Amino acid sequence: MKRSRLPAFITFGVILFLFAPLVVLVVNSFNASRFGGEWEGFTWNWYVKLWAAGEVWESLWITLKIAFSASLAAMALGTLAAYSLHRFRSWLQTVHHMLITLPLVMPDILMGMSLLALFVLSGIETGLLTIWIAHVTFCLSFVTMVVLGRLQDFDFTLLDAARDLGATQAKAVKKVLLPLLLPGVLAGGLLAFTLSIDDYVITFFVSGPGTTTLPLRVASMMKTSRSLPMINALSALLIASTFIFAALSSRLQRRA
Amino acid sequence: MSTETRPVRQWLLTLPSLTWLAVFFVIPAILVIITAFRPTDLQGGVGAGWTMATLREVQDPAYLPILWRTLWLSGATTLICLALALPVAFQMARVGPHMRQVLLLLVVIPFLSNFLIRIFAWKSLLHPEGPLTKLLIGLHLIPENAVLLNHVGTVLLVLVYTQLPFAILPLYAAAEKFDFGLLDAARDLGAGPWRAFFKVFVPGVLRGLISASVMVFVCCLGQYVIPQMVGGTSDEMLGSKIAQRVFSDRNLPHASALAGGLMLAVLVPMLLVVLWQQFGRKEAE
Repeated sequence: MKRSRLPAFITFGVILFLFAPLVVLVVNSFNASRFGGEWEGFTWNWYVKLWAAGEVWESLWITLKIAFSASLAAMALGTLAAYSLHRFRSWLQTVHHMLITLPLVMPDILMGMSLLALFVLSGIETGLLTIWIAHVTFCLSFVTMVVLGRLQDFDFTLLDAARDLGATQAKAVKKVLLPLLLPGVLAGGLLAFTLSIDDYVITFFVSGPGTTTLPLRVASMMKTSRSLPMINALSALLIASTFIFAALSSRLQRRA
Repeated sequence: MSTETRPVRQWLLTLPSLTWLAVFFVIPAILVIITAFRPTDLQGGVGAGWTMATLREVQDPAYLPILWRTLWLSGATTLICLALALPVAFQMARVGPHMRQVLLLLVVIPFLSNFLIRIFAWKSLLHPEGPLTKLLIGLHLIPENAVLLNHVGTVLLVLVYTQLPFAILPLYAAAEKFDFGLLDAARDLGAGPWRAFFKVFVPGVLRGLISASVMVFVCCLGQYVIPQMVGGTSDEMLGSKIAQRVFSDRNLPHASALAGGLMLAVLVPMLLVVLWQQFGRKEAE
């Protein structure tokens, strides 16, 4: 029977739609024209300007610090959460599962707003710590989901085999479960890392003086037209790193 | 699979994430609702005592058009995203494993790219001096002085652009498990391609369809960055008002009343969907 070509055409169109703006952005980062309406010649100029913009790199450093520490915490909490969700069936896990799922669909603005309310009412000064807390909170659910997916493929009889061969429960977990689960945990961590680097809305609500993360910096740069071409260059670099991250993470998920 | 029953172990393993979410997710959500009943203080904080005044302020009819715009933009975005994501998910599930990985990566990359940068990309594309505007004017598709930015249509376009991967991914997850032999069976029994698609494939991925719709619709309801960056002054959404009350007016109770209303509107249906999925999970075992 002849298969319709229509889904293939639509898929092609959608991919084009998703990538066209990003491609234009990358191309324009080498364009000598300020607005990128026409090609006025190749230039490295915007990258040179970006390199000299110290505040951008300062923001990148803050962002990386938060992303690294928040994804580590989310990896630890999320792996435990996934393990207990997978291993136990009880009312506690029903509640647990619900609490893990809800942040995934909570609009960012509400999460930001409610964390702000918490920090204001409890008198906690907004700053690095509050951003870190917020990031761990929204990354936790994503890590749990990724690890949970891995666990569903895990053959738990391997643990029983280790026990039969004389390993203690702790040793079986450490020597059998964790190594096999590691790619999933790392994939979850990578996802958390990307989400943390990317977040603008929630961070905006809970940031304080001196904690301008990269997205907050980009937002303020977007307000001054002088720095627009510099954002093109920065975007191109960020898109390239997303590419590397996504490829890495998909490789990790596939290998297991 | 043996289910462990020792309660102490279960509690020990569950407690870290459960506590974290209770303190930083549940309690803050409750605090937002409580703050809506508190007076403001002059420093932009929250005063002592209780008041119903904020709740009365929020019933201002000026909010109605904003609420309506938020709802129809979110609804339209959801419909457009589903219409595009269904065939994409269908296609992704039908191709070979290698091509599938490639397509998945292609969908995930824009999804993982920085949210602001994706909006910025459209902003520069649609800029009066930008490439798309020049191209369309060059092709005489739009008048010489047309402005593509700062329009409610632009908001819709960028909403669809940012939300599309959220619709494709859950639909693809469902389509991957779909038995395509059923489609061939339907075709063999005389159904046309459209009929087979809508009567067999679409019901087959219903769970993914519902997750995708909820995901997209709910994400749109809370948007404020997109209308702020590519919309005009008359294209505000509910989220814009919440952000305005927090950052410009420093009126936390008023923002909380709006956010609290939105939160109830989002969480109650979500709880129902999650419960329904839990029920499905138990049934499937």
